[in-house]
Amino acid sequence: MSDDKKVALFVTCLVDLFRPAIGFAAVELLEQAGFKVDVPLNQTCCGQPNYNSGDRSATRTVARGTIDLFADYDYVVIPSGSCGGMLKQQYPSLFDADDPMQKRAEQLSSRVYELSTFLMEKTTLKIAARCNKTVTYHDSCAGLREMGIREQPRELLQQVDELKLKEMNDSDVCCGFGGTFCVKYPDISNNMLENKIRNIKASEADCVVAGDLGCILNIEGKLHRNGEPIPVYHYAELLVNRTDARD
Amino acid sequence: MQVTSDQFVKVSDKALHDSKLQASMSFLGMGLSLRRKLAKEGLAEFDTLRDEARDIKDHVLQNLDVYLQSFEEKVEASGGHVHWASNAGEARDIVLTICQGVGARTVTKSKSMVTEEIELVPHLEAHGIQTVETDLGEYIIQLRNEKPSHIIAPAIHLNKNQIAETFFEHHSKIGFNEKLTERADLVAEARQILREKFLAADVGISGANFLVADSGTIVLVTNEGNAELTTGLPDTHIVVTGIEKIVPTFEDVSTFVRLLARSAVGMEISSYTSFITGPRRRDDRDGPTNFHIVLVDNGRSDMLGTEFQDMLRCIRCSACLNHCPVYLSVGGHAYGSVYSGPMGAVLTPQLSGIDKAGHLPNASTFCGRCEEVCPVRIPLPKLMRHWREKEFEKHLAPSALRRGIIVWGWLNRFPLLYRVAIAFAARFMHLFGSTKGEWMTNLPGIASGWTRHRDMKVSRSGSFMSQWKKRT
Repeated sequence: MSDDKKVALFVTCLVDLFRPAIGFAAVELLEQAGFKVDVPLNQTCCGQPNYNSGDRSATRTVARGTIDLFADYDYVVIPSGSCGGMLKQQYPSLFDADDPMQKRAEQLSSRVYELSTFLMEKTTLKIAARCNKTVTYHDSCAGLREMGIREQPRELLQQVDELKLKEMNDSDVCCGFGGTFCVKYPDISNNMLENKIRNIKASEADCVVAGDLGCILNIEGKLHRNGEPIPVYHYAELLVNRTDARD
Repeated sequence: MQVTSDQFVKVSDKALHDSKLQASMSFLGMGLSLRRKLAKEGLAEFDTLRDEARDIKDHVLQNLDVYLQSFEEKVEASGGHVHWASNAGEARDIVLTICQGVGARTVTKSKSMVTEEIELVPHLEAHGIQTVETDLGEYIIQLRNEKPSHIIAPAIHLNKNQIAETFFEHHSKIGFNEKLTERADLVAEARQILREKFLAADVGISGANFLVADSGTIVLVTNEGNAELTTGLPDTHIVVTGIEKIVPTFEDVSTFVRLLARSAVGMEISSYTSFITGPRRRDDRDGPTNFHIVLVDNGRSDMLGTEFQDMLRCIRCSACLNHCPVYLSVGGHAYGSVYSGPMGAVLTPQLSGIDKAGHLPNASTFCGRCEEVCPVRIPLPKLMRHWREKEFEKHLAPSALRRGIIVWGWLNRFPLLYRVAIAFAARFMHLFGSTKGEWMTNLPGIASGWTRHRDMKVSRSGSFMSQWKKRT
């Protein structure tokens, strides 16, 4: 069923370093869907930290490397709305219209998918997982507003046996991560994060699910600091029953 | 414009610990975002109107000179006078000269952000002209000698009790000795005092929401009726507004009016929408005999043709403030500018220089809610990012962060080196995890901002790439 399409996983720097399990969960889902997955070793960060810090020139250099590296794949799948947004929406805006790189950035953009969107649109995968928990889903900002991810992960989660999805209030309001924002303005970030934690607790869910590691680390770190025994997962982890072995 | 945005961290810290402010902000955030959502859902063509509004403004900005000239001709033809002010100082002097020319002693004013921007009121007062703000929120903060903390709800940072105290402190000096507690009583007292001012005023000053190029009409969108008394009773009416407020026709005004109140407060239309063309005509029973319009540039034309041009579409509705989690955390005063929230984070650096306002475009998670609700579809995060680029070019960003970003960018140019660095960091986490447990609670340097409020779970498995290499 994979009709010989070449699929690459863009791991993202955060998953590579902090939660490799999410990368392996993504690979497993793509393999379940019938694809052979390539993970090009020479991939790096997508360049978003530089881009959002105003370092456009370094961002262009990173983008060129990524565009070259993934030139021959039919699909580039990313387990992150934020990094996905960077490759899909922002890369094309980095280059002038007369720069040949611009066209190549557009070409890459058309082949980039965030994982849940890819699974819903390009595969007929039926989720075979079980989770006897009530979960609440946090919409990551870039995933929601740059990549239009709202229903996809929710629909996938609904396929998990025994899983109950319970919406929290303001699930689409920022958790306060914001890349470097959370270390530049830690107290404002914390205020936003505390609002998020309040809404999570009010939902009475057993665990939180999100699709971006930035939000996951942020929310999970705060819950731990507060002594709340509420785990935070990437949806891919739940979809392959990987909620125990976290690292 | 006096800008104190360099104090952003200090003032926002105070704001985060101000429980009254936090209560006001939480009320604002929940109330207005819900009301806007309902208003949007009640108008099927809402998003189409947003596209139209964006296109009208873009067209005007492409042809601004033509429309401004047309507007000027129509105003003059209707008996009014147009004055051009290239900066704040010129605008203040023009208004002062007009006021002095008619021997004004008392001036009433309706709400106008441009007059806040050019600091008009202190200038008139310094020249002995009593200038009374008649919008209730503006009146309250004038008594308290504060700046607006929100572009349409200037006193949103205050609660009822604070306002009651302010009224008692000031009004008891003019014979109102009762301590009021009810909202309606507070409003009635302010109305009674302001009525006297309306009747005594020699000049009324207003802003304008829209300027209609093909008729020379100014459009005022308000809820309290104070603007009608300000513009209709005194013998002289001065409009002070920005050059970007032009729209071509009445038909275009209707597009914006349908968007404005819905975006701002979730109302289908505001209580008052007034169209004023020129001074009193021969058969008119009331209205001013002198009608002046001061068109203020003050840095606006510098934005034309630049990456910031889209900002000139702004109709000052405040939807971006009402939906911004950063604004709702710290309130408007933290921004140190009369323009706060996402629109202020783009506009203030233009008016004051990025060196003075660098915090504002940086204090954003780029969550994108502002752009999502903007009635004229201004890509606010993108514009804030452009300011960060200017800051980076000028070496204004904080040096530790700047160095970190440069090193990261450099590392990403060499995939092998990058992979080694990630593997090394993963190895460090593994060691840390094996000896000190799986949570980091006290990180050094820039990362201390993280552990100030939250922990970081370590990964003990090594990097994804090192594991993947073993698998293949």
